[in-house]
Amino acid sequence: MELLNALILMANFVLVPALAYGSQLALGALGVTLIYGILRFSNFAHGDTMAFGTMAVILFTWWFQSMGINLGPLPTALLALPFGIAICAGFVLATDKLVYKFYRQQRAAPVIYVIASVGVMFVLNGIVRFIIGPDDQAFADGERFIVRARSFKEWTGLEEGLTIKVSQGITVITAVLVVAALFWFLNRTRTGKSMRAFSDNEDLALLSGINPDKVVMVTWIIAAALATIAGTLYGLDKSFKPFTYFQLLLPIFAAAIVGGLGNPLGAIAGGYVIAFSEIMVTYAYKKFIGYMAPGDWSPDSLLQLLGTNYKFSVSFVILLLVLLLRPTGLFKGKSV
Amino acid sequence: MKHILKTTAAALALTAGVASAEDVKLGVFLGFTGPLESLVANMAPGAETAITEVSESGKFMGGSTVTAVRADTTCIDSAAATAAAERLITSDKVSGIVGGDCSGVTTAALTNVALPNGMVMISPSATSPALSTVEDNGLFFRTAPSDARQGVVMSDIIMDRGFKEVALTYTNNDYGKGLADAFQAAFEAAGGKVTISTPHEDGKADYSAEVGALQSAGGEILVVAGYLDQGGKGIIQASLDTDAFDTFVLPDGMVGDALPEAIGDDLNGSFGQAPGSDSEGAGKLVELAGDAYNATSPFSAESYDAAALIMLAMQAANSTDPAAYKEKVMDVANAPGEKILPGELGKALDILAAGGEIDYVGASNVELIGAGESAGNYREIEIKDAALSTVGYR
Repeated sequence: MELLNALILMANFVLVPALAYGSQLALGALGVTLIYGILRFSNFAHGDTMAFGTMAVILFTWWFQSMGINLGPLPTALLALPFGIAICAGFVLATDKLVYKFYRQQRAAPVIYVIASVGVMFVLNGIVRFIIGPDDQAFADGERFIVRARSFKEWTGLEEGLTIKVSQGITVITAVLVVAALFWFLNRTRTGKSMRAFSDNEDLALLSGINPDKVVMVTWIIAAALATIAGTLYGLDKSFKPFTYFQLLLPIFAAAIVGGLGNPLGAIAGGYVIAFSEIMVTYAYKKFIGYMAPGDWSPDSLLQLLGTNYKFSVSFVILLLVLLLRPTGLFKGKSV
Repeated sequence: MKHILKTTAAALALTAGVASAEDVKLGVFLGFTGPLESLVANMAPGAETAITEVSESGKFMGGSTVTAVRADTTCIDSAAATAAAERLITSDKVSGIVGGDCSGVTTAALTNVALPNGMVMISPSATSPALSTVEDNGLFFRTAPSDARQGVVMSDIIMDRGFKEVALTYTNNDYGKGLADAFQAAFEAAGGKVTISTPHEDGKADYSAEVGALQSAGGEILVVAGYLDQGGKGIIQASLDTDAFDTFVLPDGMVGDALPEAIGDDLNGSFGQAPGSDSEGAGKLVELAGDAYNATSPFSAESYDAAALIMLAMQAANSTDPAAYKEKVMDVANAPGEKILPGELGKALDILAAGGEIDYVGASNVELIGAGESAGNYREIEIKDAALSTVGYR
């Protein structure tokens, strides 16, 4: 019984939130890593691309809600997702045509792309705020919980409750489906293979007759889809506010670099490493040890490794360690 | 030539000191954007009600008019607040400032701008205990009480409801830290136990790490010394979702209609306090406000009083020079003299012009103590049926 309580406690406050947060980071990091691998630059506008895509999804969600269309227990936003992706992809392709294409033709150095993407980031920042405003927007509807702590306690008779929100369940399931689809696409389809070839060696790929424009276009569309999905899941689970999406850029890059930039598998692993370490290092283990220890003994101190105010530093310490010890990341990526 | 210069200088001194009918400007220096924007929506009109009332009475310093000039403190960005205060003084040429709102930006504007320029500031809502001892040359006052006092009141309310063990989280700034420390000291002195005191950052979307640590430390209830538009709301939502806590203590920054509206029925039973009193004055201000804004919102009454005090002190000193009227602020605020409520500013101006004395009571029972801060009256609130309700006064 004590052991079960301890496990449920960890599941409720560490496992479930970290799994959901990690999936959101992983989807974001996948987009960053794809662009880095194929277009060869760090896209600083990715956080705001997520905000833009999510904004489009929110607007469609509101429109559907006003017409009375919904998915019952599931959030309406899932229905709006394809439309949001289409708009975001269109926008990203337009930016590519207006901004990045020029530098590609010049064969500009990666750092120039990076600075251009910072410019795109600021413009996107402004556009999103113009359209939807800087405030919190609520767009989640349908059921809120799969399992609710209070009913879980009554049902099992345990002291600790377990909460799983619908948004958390959807996040993990969607992340698995999207990642599976992406890997199938990259490994099995002709376009996916040509993208990988383009990533490995651009000149050789061009010689073997791969159409670079198509590769670039497909990469942007996939990146936009990933950004919109990650942003919508994050917004459903937490809340949508343009500024928090801009801040998400840091943990997303940390995840991509820790996993190994340019390596899709690494991006996923990196997302979970960052999410779990942020939560596990700042968790206070007092109650957990209290359950595990024999008898009624319970520690006096909180048994917290780091105060929660340091949680953002955790991802950076990991980032530094990885860059020092394994510059190519946990999985073999490109060195930064 | 020298003679002419002297007379012009004397004449200038005269016009600056004893004013003939002129247009006096008052700065309304509040966080129109930022974490406190939903409260400021009712604070600024409060201050402007007093300004309009005095201006339209025609009795202010020989028929002078008063205009409000708004400036944004942003509540959190000290650099922006300093620049805005600088603009009020050097470019708008205000004679007094109602503000700032949040403790951090108020301290920054006071030490960097108001002090060097000799400008009087009366804040309606900066409550950090540190502001009681800050060097201010007698230029800084507040119609809000120090959080040292709020800490004691909050501790009493929690004790009276029979809770002995609480977890505590605060927004990581001057206001949150000051209130958290004051509360912890008062609560532990009264025999209670604070299991954990942990800060949270505003403007994040994910508070699961904070809530996990708070839950593990334990406690019957959670004290959230944050802002209702920001991290405070996030902490409460995450705590309810994971069933970490179901009752919350809400100090002044968390008291507002927006919170129960956002969270809903789950918040029922949570309680807290905000500056306020059941005085006649509070009711008078609600009448004055009509439907234009909500004068029972926290710090709305204090804003009215802050603006009124500046103008009454000017009248008492018969000067808009901060160096002269700063001496009169305590006089008009405290006894002896005729008691003045909202809506009676015209009468007060008459009494002062005739050389009489007033004891400004205003909308929030103003009684300035110590270094010029309110003694502190608090309204105890509880959330019932997903709405704020007042259960008593302390």
